[in-house]
Formats: sequence, structure tokens, C-alpha cells
Amino acid sequence: MEGLISLLVKAIFVENMALAFFLGMCTFLAISKKVSAAIGLGIAVIVVQTITVPVNNLLYVYVLREGALAWAGLPDVDLSFLGLLSYIGVIAAIVQIMEMVLDRFFPALYNALGVFLPLITVNCAILGASLFMVERDYNFSESVVYGIGAGVGWALAIVALAGIREKLKYSDVPKGLEGLGITFITVGLMSLGFMSFSGVSL
Amino acid sequence: MSEARKVLLTPILTNNPIASQILGVCSALAVTTSLNVTLVMCIALTSVTAFSNLFISMIRNYIPSNIRIIVQMTIIASLVIVVDQVLKAFAYDISKQLSVFVGLIITNCIVMGRAEAYAMSNPPVPSFLDGIGNGLGYSVVLIFVATIRELLGAGKLFGFEVLPLVTDGGWYVANGLLLLPPSAFFLIAVFIWLLRTYDKGQEEKADYKLASNSKKEAL
Repeated sequence: MEGLISLLVKAIFVENMALAFFLGMCTFLAISKKVSAAIGLGIAVIVVQTITVPVNNLLYVYVLREGALAWAGLPDVDLSFLGLLSYIGVIAAIVQIMEMVLDRFFPALYNALGVFLPLITVNCAILGASLFMVERDYNFSESVVYGIGAGVGWALAIVALAGIREKLKYSDVPKGLEGLGITFITVGLMSLGFMSFSGVSL
Repeated sequence: MSEARKVLLTPILTNNPIASQILGVCSALAVTTSLNVTLVMCIALTSVTAFSNLFISMIRNYIPSNIRIIVQMTIIASLVIVVDQVLKAFAYDISKQLSVFVGLIITNCIVMGRAEAYAMSNPPVPSFLDGIGNGLGYSVVLIFVATIRELLGAGKLFGFEVLPLVTDGGWYVANGLLLLPPSAFFLIAVFIWLLRTYDKGQEEKADYKLASNSKKEAL
């Protein structure tokens, strides 16, 4: 249990998806102009991460890993080279299913998330979390916690950046640095701030 | 031939995928601590973009538009698997250092973005060139960032010592900050600044314009 809590803290703060690994940067920069939009996207990412990482974990352990097909009587088969293709397929499928479920049962939330849901398929933070899960050999419960942590960390970062950018609109930035340039510098400073968590371990 | 040259060369400076189109920033930041790794990443990304553009453009008239994203994804993912396997076979050390970032080429927006924006509506040969051009545009930014980070951060280029470090009896004190993640953001910001100073047309409009100070005391 202690291991899981420490993993959660590590996933949210120390190894923050956006600020330490630069994952999901494209959407991170594009959809951080307004706090409300950032919160919507952040929630969507948390939900998708929480589902996809454990599902990909099951897929890896029971189908793709070397010798994983022993239960089907094929102990010599190693399908791990199909990993990338299967993970992205799972992600695309789950995003699609979520879109339909939300549309049918929670129309308010569906309308709030709007265009962000399909965008999540191509968010590298999602695929990145699955790949890190495989690389670090997490078991099922660890993968659930890691999925939640990675999602929360990313959401936290994008909401914080959106807050800063809303204030930044009124500042006098040198020409040429306006817009994208100053945003990069802001993210850099945030990343410096998050580095102070790097010594934290529970 | 001029058309082909235009397709190949505009993405390098005037319509750079990272600085102007804001595509593919993720991996640009993470793999730039040493030039070796960066070059391998650039080659991998350029070839994936070029070939995915080529193949998608070849079958563009047969892809039903409502499932095109899945089709593109499958083509891209297959290409990335090929690149990943080749790297594991011939450059295992570098493939270990790149870790998940080879796999993340799949979700690299440059590949998807070019497939969607260019390959879906143009014949195969220009699409292929467009892929190479955008790959090169990406490489320019990455190599710029990686050169500065490796030279000033570790005093080396391609792993060879250029500036002898104080710790090895030389004179150069390594700037450790440049090897940490935040420096990549600052360097890309500087690159964008330089590019936009050189090419004024790329500057963004401010959301609000500051009014000039109307108080007398301030003047």
C-alpha cells in the first residue's frame, strides 16, 4: 500500500508527464488559453488515462508478453513487437467508446468536453503512460495508480499554465516572443518549479 | 522542379513544423541532451513522416473519410514498429536511451498533421517530398537545441570532448542546468524568437494592446 502511495506522488509531481517528460505538449500549448477549457481537457485526460493504462497492462500481460499466451497453449509465441500498434488501437477504441457512452448518458459532460475527446487519441501523454507502464513492468494495481497519477499530474500542469496565460495576456511582451515564445518560457519556469519535488519520496 | 523545391524547402524555415505550426514539440524537448541520440531521432522521424505521407497519399482515394484517422494511425504505427525493430537490431544503446520516444513518434503530431493536411489531397511524389521537408524542419530545431545543450552542458559534441571540463583538469565549468528539462523550453523559445525576428510575418498578434500611459506624472 505504501508503495502505491509513493508511486502516486511520484507520478503526479516528481515525474509529471507534461513538465518532466514533455508529453502531450502539442495539446498542452494549444488548449491552455482559457482555464475553463483546460479543466475540461484535464478531466478527460484523467478519465482516459485511468482506463487505458490498466487495460493496456492486461493486454500486455495476457497477450503480448513473451510466453504470455501460455494460457492458450502457445508458450513460445512472443508478440511484443505488436505492442505499439495494439496500445494505440486500445486507446483509440476506448476514446471512441467513451465518447458514445458520454453522449448517451451524460450529455452535459459530453458537451463540455466537446472537441477535446477525439483529440485525446493523439495526445502523447496517453500513449506515453502506457509505454512507461510496459517499460517499468508495473503489475495491475500499480498500473491503475500510475494511470490516475499520470492523468492528475498532466491536468494539474495544464490548469496551472492556463491560469498563468490568462494573466499573461495583459503583459507587455517583446515582439516576436509574443504568443508561443513566452509560453515556452513560462512552461520552462514551471518545469523548474516542479523540479523541486524531485527529492520527495514517501 | 521549382514546385518540388518549394515543397521541400518551405517547411525548413518559413513554415517550420515546430516553431510555426506548433507540431511535434513533445519529442523535440526530451531527446535533445546529446547529439547522437538527437540525430537518430531526426532520421527516424523524417523517414516515418516521408513514408507515411507516401503510402497515405497512394491510397488516399480509397480511404472512406469517416475512418481515415484509424487508417492513418495503422499505417503510421506499422512504420514506427519497423523503425523500432531496426533500431533495436542495429543501434541497441541509442534505442535504449530513446526509450519510449521512438514509440511516441506514432502520436507525434507532425506525422499525423502532415498526413491529414497534405498527403490526403496531393499525389504521392510531392507528399513524399513534403514529408522529408517537414522532417528536416524538425531536425533543424532539434539539432540547434541539442548542439547548445551538449556543448555548454557537458562540454562535448557527439560524445567527443570539445571544451575540457574543470573536473578533468580543463578550464570549462559545465552548465548543468542545460542538461535538465527546463533548459529545452528556454532554448526553443529563443529559437522561435530568432526566427520571428528574422521573418517578421510570423509574429503573433497580441490579444490586447496596451494603451499608452495617459497620466501626466508618468511622462
